Amino acid sequence: MMNAAQVRLEKIGKKYGELWAARDVDVNIQSGEFYTLLGPSGCGKTTLLRIIAGFLAPDEGTVFLDERAVNDVPPWQRDVGMVFQNYALWPHMTVFENVAFGLRERKVPRSEIAKRVAEALARVGLSATEKRRPSQLSGGQQQRVALARTLVVQPRALLLDEPLSNLDAKLRAEMRIELLKIQRDLGITTVYVTHDQEEALALSTRIAVMDSGKVVQEGSPREIYERPRSRFVAEFVGQSNLFFGTIKQSGGGFVEIQTGEGFTIKAARNEAKTGKITLYIRPEAIELAPVGDASPESNRLIGKVAASAYQGSSVAYEVDVQGRSLRAHVAHPKNLFQRGDVVAVIFDPKDVGCVVEEG
Amino acid sequence: MATTEAAPALRLREKIDWLQGALMAALLVLLFAFVLYPVARVLWVALADENSRLTLIHFQNFFLRPLFREALWNSLWSGFLVVIFGSFLAVPLAYVIARYDFRGKILLQTLATLPLVVPPFVGAVAFQQILGRSGAVNLLLMRWLDFSIPFMDGLTGVVLVQTLHFFPFIMLNTAVSLSNIDASLEEMAQSMGCHGLRLFRRVTLPLMLPGFIAGSLLTFIRAIDDLGTPLMLNYKNLLAPQAYLRITTIGIDDVDGYVICVVLVFLSLASLLAARKYLGLAEYATVQGGRDTSRRIAGKKLFFVLLFSALALAAALLPHAGIFLLSLSKVWSYSVLPTRITLDNYTEILFRVPHFIKNTLLYAGLAAGFDVILGAAIAFLLLRSRLWGRNLLDALATLPLAVPGVVLAVGYIRVFHGWDFPGVGKPLTSTWFVLVIVYAARRLPYTVRACYAALQQVHVSLEESAQNLGANRLRTFLRVTLPLISGGLVAGGLIAFVTSCVELSSTIMLVPRIEYGPISYGIYIYMQSPLGRAAGAALGVVAIVMVGIGTYLTHRIFGARAGSAFRV
Repeated sequence: MMNAAQVRLEKIGKKYGELWAARDVDVNIQSGEFYTLLGPSGCGKTTLLRIIAGFLAPDEGTVFLDERAVNDVPPWQRDVGMVFQNYALWPHMTVFENVAFGLRERKVPRSEIAKRVAEALARVGLSATEKRRPSQLSGGQQQRVALARTLVVQPRALLLDEPLSNLDAKLRAEMRIELLKIQRDLGITTVYVTHDQEEALALSTRIAVMDSGKVVQEGSPREIYERPRSRFVAEFVGQSNLFFGTIKQSGGGFVEIQTGEGFTIKAARNEAKTGKITLYIRPEAIELAPVGDASPESNRLIGKVAASAYQGSSVAYEVDVQGRSLRAHVAHPKNLFQRGDVVAVIFDPKDVGCVVEEG
Repeated sequence: MATTEAAPALRLREKIDWLQGALMAALLVLLFAFVLYPVARVLWVALADENSRLTLIHFQNFFLRPLFREALWNSLWSGFLVVIFGSFLAVPLAYVIARYDFRGKILLQTLATLPLVVPPFVGAVAFQQILGRSGAVNLLLMRWLDFSIPFMDGLTGVVLVQTLHFFPFIMLNTAVSLSNIDASLEEMAQSMGCHGLRLFRRVTLPLMLPGFIAGSLLTFIRAIDDLGTPLMLNYKNLLAPQAYLRITTIGIDDVDGYVICVVLVFLSLASLLAARKYLGLAEYATVQGGRDTSRRIAGKKLFFVLLFSALALAAALLPHAGIFLLSLSKVWSYSVLPTRITLDNYTEILFRVPHFIKNTLLYAGLAAGFDVILGAAIAFLLLRSRLWGRNLLDALATLPLAVPGVVLAVGYIRVFHGWDFPGVGKPLTSTWFVLVIVYAARRLPYTVRACYAALQQVHVSLEESAQNLGANRLRTFLRVTLPLISGGLVAGGLIAFVTSCVELSSTIMLVPRIEYGPISYGIYIYMQSPLGRAAGAALGVVAIVMVGIGTYLTHRIFGARAGSAFRV
């Protein structure tokens, strides 16, 4: 059984020239968590990962592993296993030698090395490849070897830097499940870096969404998706139709908002104060119906279908409502609308989310 | 808490930087002492008057003397002619190599680069035997047609020898440019109706031009810097031999020699910078891991391609055959072929005076060893450190490319002559070790480049993942980095070794005593007398064999990239 470490970052800052790649980052990752740093490229997530691994020294703040400050511990003594985006398999060694590398550095007896390498390769489903060179493996296989090489030394934490980004879509979905199973089986503390929100939602116990070197929201996948606290999170995690408006009246568990476009939208919310507000509606919360249908409790706008894309399990529409285009993903469609059809855009007030306007 | 923890972290980083900094400082001191300072001293002598004030008077005198004006003009003109005639050979061969595929192409490629690795002054002697006034061809012409052609007289001979020796520079650079052209660029033009010669003129030619120009500039400067060929052919009115003669016959205080040196450095530097600029331009048309664009040919086309290649190569390889024949001859004078065949010449150089070969192996071996160590250290600092001074290090390590051998040798004499070097007990220029130093300095750019290319292939994450799995810096270097760059190190060392084996221009000035001389010096000495020619040729064959083996090994290790050492 692995000893899963607790990873804590305290006021971490890293500067490249004049630019802060990360600033004031406080993160507390519990033992056994699958913690994801999610954000667009350049947001500082890989910088944080490399600071935890010890390849970068922070300009500010402290890294703790199990409450021990490790800023002055070189990478080779930190005992946190990293899987690199490009796998970083050594081309001059066989698969066996690659996986055995860390065990040899740890002076593990020869007989045990053979046993543990075999186990590690079996865990990732690559038992028959020991004698091959990395160049003779497919991308997916290389990925598995890289994972086995890191896991075989039983590190205190597992750091993954966009490990699935070089795989094709189908393999990526497969590896995602496999990674999830391995991580939950071993109970190893995992820090995962990705820009793929779907991946983050599927794998993580907790997610930190990052933007411009800062953590802008931290929470469980459900919290992040269902209660984004800023416009950035609402747009980056999943798709959103955003509206900006002012609260006109509230009461009875509902608020009515006048948007910039002149729509009146009802949201289920106990909001006493009035003022500016940002609303978002997920595309999958929107129903399209022929004009005339409507339940009185719903929001209802009339628009014209500008584009429709059939996707098998759902249909993605773009609807033009008085010059504003809205996205709708309709699952199990009863009616298929064509470009040019006039439709009613319907959404439940309970599905209208609010984020407090920043700045 | 955070502040108390931050302090040791800072110390750790400072310690690492300090180690790298010490290495950087040591390298800069070495390069300064053995590259920059000697060149600067040469520059200073040419630019200062008796009262150590800056002056251009010496350059004015230089241009006022008809002899020097003529030498400058002859050098420029012969360099130009070498490029023009070389292009006629090189461009078609480059096109054939880059675009056609046929059996024996590898052989053609190998043979076509062979002239590069054989010292031109060795070939010069063979040309005398074959094309000289009383050489084989003219003897036949006289016998049958009663007239002769002065192939080898004066500048013509120099241009002829240099053309056949240096054309592979143009060929290699042009071929690389050609094969780097993304196939889609030509396919696009074809799909728009452009093909044949028109396609070549409008798309292919402009795209391959940078490589061609870079190769031409390189050839130009090699021809101008070449000291051995004019000396062997006894044509002295060129810049390099003039500099050599002024310094060796008039003395190391003769200002004119230094002025000529500065003119040579200026020409080299200008050509090199221009070549780099053009190659930089070439990159826009290249593709990563470019597709093989060559196509198979057969029938009449193949026949003409092979015929042209065979003729070109026959001319280029003629001197090698001539040298071999000469080395086996007892007498080869006023006859078409040698009249008596003997192995005496080999006995002479292998057993009676074996020190030329022994010295060469020692000097070139030591120089190559130093270069590998220095090259690896420099490449490491350039790629893996963030120290101040990397640009300076890079520039100093590349500088020898732009410094002709004569000039560096003059600089060494100026700096190290006449005072006892600490720890040696006599002047550095009185020891054979000065040859090792000058070889190491001159070939350093090659090994730096080989090491740099090798280390660049090693992605940092390969080293980081070793550290991540518990290997410290030293272990990471030994288990991951070193095995991965060893090919590049060996190749770089071989290139340095091979090219040092046949170095003449600085050797001839710096050999302290005849028994300290290496092969190139031996050849030069033997060739001074008609009776020694055959023994000199035998030495030449030994040099060719040594260089051939080294080049073959480089190809084995470096593969297709072996030619990269001969590019800018």
